[in-house]
Amino acid sequence: MSNQPGLYEETIKGIWRENPVFVQMLGLCPALAVTNSAINGFAMGAASTFVLVGSSLLVSMFRNLIPKQVRITTFIIIIATFVTVADLSLQAFTPLLHKELGAFIALIVVNCLILGRQEAFASRNRLPYAVGDAAGMAGGFTIALIMVGGIREILGSGSFFGVPLFGDNFEPWVIMILPPGGFLTLGVLLIVFASVKKRSDKRKQVRLES
Amino acid sequence: MEYFWIFISAAIINNFTLAYFLGLCPFFGVSKKIDTAFRLGLANIFVMLITSVCAWFLDTYILHYAPYLRLMTYIVVIASTVQFVEMTIKKLSPTLFKALGLFLPLITTNCAILFLALTQTSKGYSFFEGIFYALGAGSGLTLALVLMAGIREEAEISEVPDVLKGAAMSFLIAGILSMAFMGFAGLFSGA
Repeated sequence: MSNQPGLYEETIKGIWRENPVFVQMLGLCPALAVTNSAINGFAMGAASTFVLVGSSLLVSMFRNLIPKQVRITTFIIIIATFVTVADLSLQAFTPLLHKELGAFIALIVVNCLILGRQEAFASRNRLPYAVGDAAGMAGGFTIALIMVGGIREILGSGSFFGVPLFGDNFEPWVIMILPPGGFLTLGVLLIVFASVKKRSDKRKQVRLES
Repeated sequence: MEYFWIFISAAIINNFTLAYFLGLCPFFGVSKKIDTAFRLGLANIFVMLITSVCAWFLDTYILHYAPYLRLMTYIVVIASTVQFVEMTIKKLSPTLFKALGLFLPLITTNCAILFLALTQTSKGYSFFEGIFYALGAGSGLTLALVLMAGIREEAEISEVPDVLKGAAMSFLIAGILSMAFMGFAGLFSGA
């Protein structure tokens, strides 16, 4: 493990450089389906964080005990356990939010991001690294959800986290909180990131040359 | 008539991909060629049908004794169905098996399938309603995949600005497709 990057590195990479939604394009279904407001995005992110960190912890702990042939099934069952816990707790504590998110809490089970992290990282690394990686990825996922949700809420209902931002004259751009708005928001965000990256690459090149 | 509306509602009005954002990974991943997209759609319809039937039997006869095990049971059923479909396709058409690649086993983690089983349960559909719901949802998924693949085949040969290439453009196309499907919203208000 001599060339393994440090714990800090493993944690921080998921936030931005390898952001699950914007860079790896994983977990898109919940990222678009529930993000019609910032608070929904946040709740979804929190639930996913709980599931991802919890299952990474368990998978990493038992990584030497799980037979290779049935590892995917084992991962899925571990994930499903945590999702059931999250689902029932949300239903008990915040019934309104649970209703709004609907089946998408249960659908965390099939979020490719979570299964992907178990297969690619948690089942091969020591406990602290696995948890750090899971926390970073989950953080990046939550940030992406809040960003998409925030933009859609501001444009579509003129508020942010439920706080109205504009006066009465604001005409909400309703399409943004409807399904097409999700696709368009993410598409435009990706364009913005791509063009920023292109400019910064070019700037580096110019600096190198001069 | 009832069955017909369940089918239309699942296929077009509440299209799984474009209105509910389900199954986006294959939607963006496999939608480069019409042919592959269509066949993946068919595989999806098949898995959905079997899942729907299994979910109905499990729910009616076993699961109401232990509803908290629903999620786990469904996912295991789906995983085994997908394994079965995978073996069948591998045997019948190795070329298709290669073309679908990783996305075939990934049907397991296709949220559309699990969503189908869960919604069918929560709506309390009967056996035949469930079958039509699965057929409709699967057809809708196939329709969206094929439409997307058709547009992307055309986009491939046109000139696109650099920053738009790849994922960003697919999202914009999907947004416009989704807007078009919103036009069906008033078709039937009882769904």
